[in-house]
Amino acid sequence: MLPQASRVIAVERETRDTFTFTVAAPGGGSGFAPGQFSMLSVFGVGEAPISISGDPGEPDRLVYTVRSVGPVTQALVTRRPGEWIGVRGPFGASWPLAALRGKDILIVAGGIGLAPLRPAVYYVLRRRGDYGRLVLLYGARSPQDMLYRKQLSAWSYLPDTQILTTVDYGGLSWRGHVGVVTTLFRYARFDAQRTAALVCGPEVMMRFVLRELETRGMALSDVYVSMERNMKCAVGFCGHCQLGPHFVCKDGPVFPAARVKRLMERYEL
Amino acid sequence: MKIPDVLETLRHLPFVKNFEPDQIEKLAVLAHEGRFERDQIIFREGDASSFFYLIVSGKVALEVTALGRTLRVQTLGDGEALGWSSLLVSEGKHFQARALTAVRALVFDGARLREACEQDPAFGYRLMRAVFEVLAQRLQAMRIQLLDLYSPASARA
Ligand SMILES: Cc1cc2nc3c(=O)[nH]c(=O)nc-3n(C[C@H](O)[C@H](O)[C@H](O)COP(=O)(O)OP(=O)(O)OC[C@H]3O[C@@H](n4cnc5c(N)ncnc54)[C@H](O)[C@@H]3O)c2cc1C
Ligand code: FES
Repeated sequence: MLPQASRVIAVERETRDTFTFTVAAPGGGSGFAPGQFSMLSVFGVGEAPISISGDPGEPDRLVYTVRSVGPVTQALVTRRPGEWIGVRGPFGASWPLAALRGKDILIVAGGIGLAPLRPAVYYVLRRRGDYGRLVLLYGARSPQDMLYRKQLSAWSYLPDTQILTTVDYGGLSWRGHVGVVTTLFRYARFDAQRTAALVCGPEVMMRFVLRELETRGMALSDVYVSMERNMKCAVGFCGHCQLGPHFVCKDGPVFPAARVKRLMERYEL
Repeated sequence: MKIPDVLETLRHLPFVKNFEPDQIEKLAVLAHEGRFERDQIIFREGDASSFFYLIVSGKVALEVTALGRTLRVQTLGDGEALGWSSLLVSEGKHFQARALTAVRALVFDGARLREACEQDPAFGYRLMRAVFEVLAQRLQAMRIQLLDLYSPASARA
């Protein structure tokens, strides 16, 4: 599959090193499912997998939130409106939201991990009657590192919705919660028996979150995680993204937690 | 606040979930009610630590000052314990605590708590175990915080 040239429509700064930009979907857009990603490229620099962070109800535009960490992401975040990037996709397995109708949805995100979960929030909000409570727990390193702050604040006023945010360290102007994302669980109101959890963040964070979910009485069969591995082809040919017996690009990035828990990197404390 | 009211409040706090009823009563007798206004400093780093608090309602931030700047490193809310160092002899407070909202708390004099523990080792064991659980949770949270959870780069290192 060849990249298609797509025009950048808007660029918005989220944090010191993270930008959200909107591109016109190639060919008017064929739609995407929450949790899917695209391969984004800048001519002469390279290509990287980036999650789609926009509203699946607006398929004519593709929104990405990119943190600049290396050559490709650095080139992406310096694109300006009117410039072009290459887009392949969408690829990968999505959050299984249609199958979770009738449940409470608990979303747990860390850092840039909120990007692939934002489409899940849009999806649920567009079909509000199909789901129970929506609880979102989000942790970032500092208040300055938080994504989508205005939006999170607006969502927190919606009925049956609980948005809890936390930072590792806050200055004196931060009056919110301080502590890692797992410390938010004691304030989260959800019934473990009728909840499905969607989790995305660095693997070390997800491991602690899975442990906490189990402590709170959730079965791992109701938990989904999004995994990251380096990618090349994104269509299951090259083997770059292998995770045990799975290919993250094709079988994931979203996996049932029970299937990948043992494959997550281990950190002993 | 009268002792029956303190007892009623105390009973609902998770801190005493493994206490026997008579041990909760013993603890209640040692408590008085404290109220703090938003932004009030409850104690400062290095203060001779005399009081232990169980937060009934409200939010408290633990702060450290380093290089001329104050950093919030943890927030505590309803039902959580604050000022555990008062249970150790000759320990100064490790952090500064500030009320982020109006706070209601049960306040205990550390010296009297220690005395009660000495006199009634079963009570002392129960109390120290509850404090130990709090400490274990805090330590675990701190260790996770040190991992810099949200940075994939550091997690991969
Ligand atoms: C399915 C999937 C979805 C993704 N979605 C997003 C997304 O929505 N937004 C986004 O910004 N990134 C996302 N990523 C991560 C992104 O693809 C990688 O960070 C990619 O390697 C960046 O390429 P680069 O050339 O800029 O940096 P590279 O040259 O690959 O990396 C440069 C340096 O940064 C380190 N590094 C690599 N990745 C990260 C990272 N994520 N954070 C911090 N340091 C890192 C590397 O170890 C290396 O030292 C996703 C990855 C996958 C697999
Ligand atoms: S990236 Fe090639 S197999 Fe997944």
